[in-house]
Amino acid sequence: MIEVQNLIKKYGDTYAVDDVSFSIKQGEIVGFLGPNGAGKTTTMNILTGYLSPTMGKVLIDGIDIMEKPIEAKRNIGFLPETPPLYTDMTVYEFLCFVYELKCCDLNKEKHLNEVISTVKINDVKDRLIRNLSKGYKQRVGIASAIIGNPKIIILDEPTVGLDPQQIIEIRNLIRILGKSHTVILSSHLLNEVQAVCTRILIINQGRIIADEKASNLLGSLGQSTKIKVKVSGPQKEVYSILNSLPGVTKITESGIKEGDSFTFLVESKNGIDIRKPMFNALAKKNFPIMGLENTEGELEDVFVKLIDSDKRR
Amino acid sequence: MLAIYKREMRGYFTTWTGYIFLAVAICLSAFIFSISTLLNSTSELSGYFSIIVYGMVVFLPILTMKSFSEEKKLKTEQLLMTAPISSWQMVLGKYLSALTMLGIYLISTLIFFIPLFDYAVVDVVNGYGPNVALMIGNMLAMMLIGACFIAVGIFISSLTENQFASIVLTIVVLLAFLLIGSFNSLIENESVRVVLDWFSLYSRYQSFTYGMFDISALLYYISVAGIFVFLTTRVFEARRYN
Repeated sequence: MIEVQNLIKKYGDTYAVDDVSFSIKQGEIVGFLGPNGAGKTTTMNILTGYLSPTMGKVLIDGIDIMEKPIEAKRNIGFLPETPPLYTDMTVYEFLCFVYELKCCDLNKEKHLNEVISTVKINDVKDRLIRNLSKGYKQRVGIASAIIGNPKIIILDEPTVGLDPQQIIEIRNLIRILGKSHTVILSSHLLNEVQAVCTRILIINQGRIIADEKASNLLGSLGQSTKIKVKVSGPQKEVYSILNSLPGVTKITESGIKEGDSFTFLVESKNGIDIRKPMFNALAKKNFPIMGLENTEGELEDVFVKLIDSDKRR
Repeated sequence: MLAIYKREMRGYFTTWTGYIFLAVAICLSAFIFSISTLLNSTSELSGYFSIIVYGMVVFLPILTMKSFSEEKKLKTEQLLMTAPISSWQMVLGKYLSALTMLGIYLISTLIFFIPLFDYAVVDVVNGYGPNVALMIGNMLAMMLIGACFIAVGIFISSLTENQFASIVLTIVVLLAFLLIGSFNSLIENESVRVVLDWFSLYSRYQSFTYGMFDISALLYYISVAGIFVFLTTRVFEARRYN
């Protein structure tokens, strides 16, 4: 569906995208994951024909976007980082405009109503876009992307700036879209792409440093497991109990104190789950565990590891 | 293209831009008309039209100042540039909508001429009625010069996201285009004069004021407008590489 070959985008002497190649099959939901400035947005802008690459090729459903931009763009619905909305129009007027702009040949009223009910904006369709909340604006942006039923939907940071409730709703929406479209989305949150995507491309400094199925990503990366644990009890004693557990490699005191509870960051060798022995050991001394959190999979950790292994290569 | 054209036309009349343009343009024209014709007791219109050319320098940029500047500011150009349309369709949609507004303005001013047909009976200067051919020639010339001005204005608005910068710069550039012709007579070097004359929008206008239909002038204006519309499409193509 999408074929990207040796894509390079240079701004002056810096490479925003540095020799990126990948291909995406029909029906995949792919997440571009990376820190800000990694090249996610630039890559998406090139895929959608907004920017031209310095070198390389992009085929959308077999059509070269540089050679036949109009035909290629027909297959793409794009939601940029800032949803491009004419704020002086009502939602319905705007969607009509987009419908005409894309020269759709579907039944206008029926199609627009379908789109409106998919993204759930029926109750605001006669309001001026200017007066909508950020969440609704984002939905209108997604609506404009899916007008005309493009085969590919590209969403650049679709949940940034939304409140938790809206984030959940937008993620559900993306899952629904993924059933009938090929979807690419970008994010700098690992849990987000994990929650939604079937495949993850990790991008750093313009290069793809990992391309994995969402389910294997963490397992294949992990060399050790990190747990954050909050224990009620004297700090030194708890520390020595934790330290005596088999498989523990490093304990960091976080310095957070709540009442008589202390928080520790416990790292252990990969494949060893220290949670059960830890519980037993602490229970024996009657030091209750107040909180337990698996911090494995925080983006920073994944990145540090990936970038390290990337350097070694 | 039609979608963009319709949106622009709608935009002119849902925001203040279209109304301000028509109000300023028609009031200014009425004022110039009263002074140059009615108060002078003449049905001679060349004075009126030659001032209107300068009037257009002031009020046509009102139409074009937002064209692309605002799209850039609101990031909506990203929607247009990733839509399955060419840069030509995008620019022409905007261009033709501004041209339509110019047409509405010019047609509205036709009402000024009605009294001349009655009033001309007592025309003390010329002693004859208003020259209809001259009127048509001049209106056509206004449309053509206006079409060039709009093309220049749209081009400049595609270069900046600041509406104020866009309108000021457009006025300066248009004035320069008009004044080149006036300075021309001061220049002695023949070849420089010929070159400068080529850029002078005003000198081509002369033949229309005599009521002559000058095909070379017609082609000149259409080419100038075409060049600036073309340059605007290039601005967007170039931006893809930045």
